[in-house]
Amino acid sequence: MNIIVCVKQVPDTTEVRLDPVTGTLIRDGVPSIINPDDKAGLEAALRFKDQCGAHVTVLSMGPMQADVALREALAMGADDAVLVSDRAFGGADTWATSSTLAAAIQKLPYDLIITGRQAIDGDTAQVGPQIAEHLGLPHVSYAEDLRLEDGSVVVRRQFEDRVHVIRVKLPCLVTALSELNQPRYMTPGGIFDAFRKKQVAVWTRPDLDISDDNIGLQGSPTRVFKSFPKSPKAAGTVEKLDPREGAKAIVQKLAEKHII
Amino acid sequence: MSNADYQGVFVFVQQVDGKTAGVAFELLGKAHELAQARQTQVTAVLLGYRVSGLADGLIAAGADRVLVLDRPELEVYMTEPYTWAMARVIREYKPEIVLTPATAIGRDLAPRVSSRVHTGLTADCTGLEIQEETGNLLMTRPAFGGNIMATILCPEHRPQMATVRPGVMHRLPADTSRQGEVVMLDWDVPPETRNVEILEVAKAVSEAVDIQDAKVLVSGGRGMGGPENFKLLEQLAEVLGGTVAASRAAVDAGWIAKDRQVGQTGKTVRPNLYIACGISGAIQHLAGMEESGMIVAINKDETAPIFGVADYGIVGDALQIVPALIEELKAYKKQ
Repeated sequence: MNIIVCVKQVPDTTEVRLDPVTGTLIRDGVPSIINPDDKAGLEAALRFKDQCGAHVTVLSMGPMQADVALREALAMGADDAVLVSDRAFGGADTWATSSTLAAAIQKLPYDLIITGRQAIDGDTAQVGPQIAEHLGLPHVSYAEDLRLEDGSVVVRRQFEDRVHVIRVKLPCLVTALSELNQPRYMTPGGIFDAFRKKQVAVWTRPDLDISDDNIGLQGSPTRVFKSFPKSPKAAGTVEKLDPREGAKAIVQKLAEKHII
Repeated sequence: MSNADYQGVFVFVQQVDGKTAGVAFELLGKAHELAQARQTQVTAVLLGYRVSGLADGLIAAGADRVLVLDRPELEVYMTEPYTWAMARVIREYKPEIVLTPATAIGRDLAPRVSSRVHTGLTADCTGLEIQEETGNLLMTRPAFGGNIMATILCPEHRPQMATVRPGVMHRLPADTSRQGEVVMLDWDVPPETRNVEILEVAKAVSEAVDIQDAKVLVSGGRGMGGPENFKLLEQLAEVLGGTVAASRAAVDAGWIAKDRQVGQTGKTVRPNLYIACGISGAIQHLAGMEESGMIVAINKDETAPIFGVADYGIVGDALQIVPALIEELKAYKKQ
């Protein structure tokens, strides 16, 4: 059985700031990690490896620095790693990102593809389902539990107020929630292997069979028009009222804001 | 096909167990405003089984037309049958804008649909407006945990698709005299769309309280005077469908459990409504709640820092104002 886990390297914080002068993200001094939902997806794949000897390939698209995230995945126990990296893929929105990753996946054997539900820097939750669509596979998102069952995966799919237990035949794609499991640590032997024995394959533009219309900025239907820091809260009103009048005034404000 | 061939604002109406989700009305309210700016109409797309009775409510909430696909295959949400239906609606009706709620259903459906019809999708929007010069949709969303806002355009592809965060847009007052058209679609759902099997549907039982999940938090501090007065906060939370939280002072005093603590050493919360009762607002507390949608503060001390982040503040004794507030809310609900 072959499992591909898509991982994204993200800044280890949700407290990223914009440079007030250039308007670009300040990434200096912010360490990078494997996106938490993706790491839970990797752990799920590694457990299948422990159970039934699945072959686990980790796949990432990003700059060359993402090599570190893939080495970490190797040190946790992944068998192979592929980094899709080329300037031609830069500036991609979720449509172009998912097209590119789908083109990379088509070069690999797979029965199950696992992605995280969403990345902490973008929060879109789009790339997983979009990869499945590009590959013509069924997907189940928001997995809080998954197990293999003769040629199928059974997924506990989370909604706001309920879960669906869904059986889906392989090949398919599942998006993982970080509450799926507690990812294992890298082992010393694993770290040694990840940096000395194993390789991260780097695939560039010519390695993928995909049209220029579907990659990078050119292949992205959406454009960032502008980005800006969240405006600080404007000061509200403060009034000194007797208890009954104060209570009435609060109810009125809540009604105005459609909260009640 | 050019952009001009795509017209109208469409809303995917989320319904679960045959009930329209509240966020659908919020999206219709926003769609109504966008449609006016574009001088076009609002279409609600209602998928499900035995759901046609919901159409009138959608018209009252701002839809000019409701497309209903009423099929047993659509009774419970499944990705592929719903994707198939939405993609067919888009191909046949060619909307300019499609809004979907940013819920666990909408965030599953919309990416799949946008890929299938090859257009862009902006996630979790909190602001939507029409760019005057171009007529394009400006879609604003928070990124990086909400510290940065980004405005996204989808200039060359149609429809322009967005998922919209629940609780942000405003619904119109329901107007049952509004007129609208109900179109019953006669499409059969292809059997091959049933590519997964639902083995079990389990409603979540209420688990341990997590103040981070609460939409409404009623939070108490030292000004509540003692543990017995937290009962008042529980009553207030009950009327508002919320949960009780606390400042560090109240937790350290042993008035309430540590898992209710908001702030730097407690939890960071972002409910739609945060009512701070007898909380002065130490910087560590503010850091844990200042991103809340609406903040109401009640405190005796008019110089309390909590008033600096409050949308609305009342200077007074929480022990007197909270009981009055419970009564006024109950009276308001009866109206």
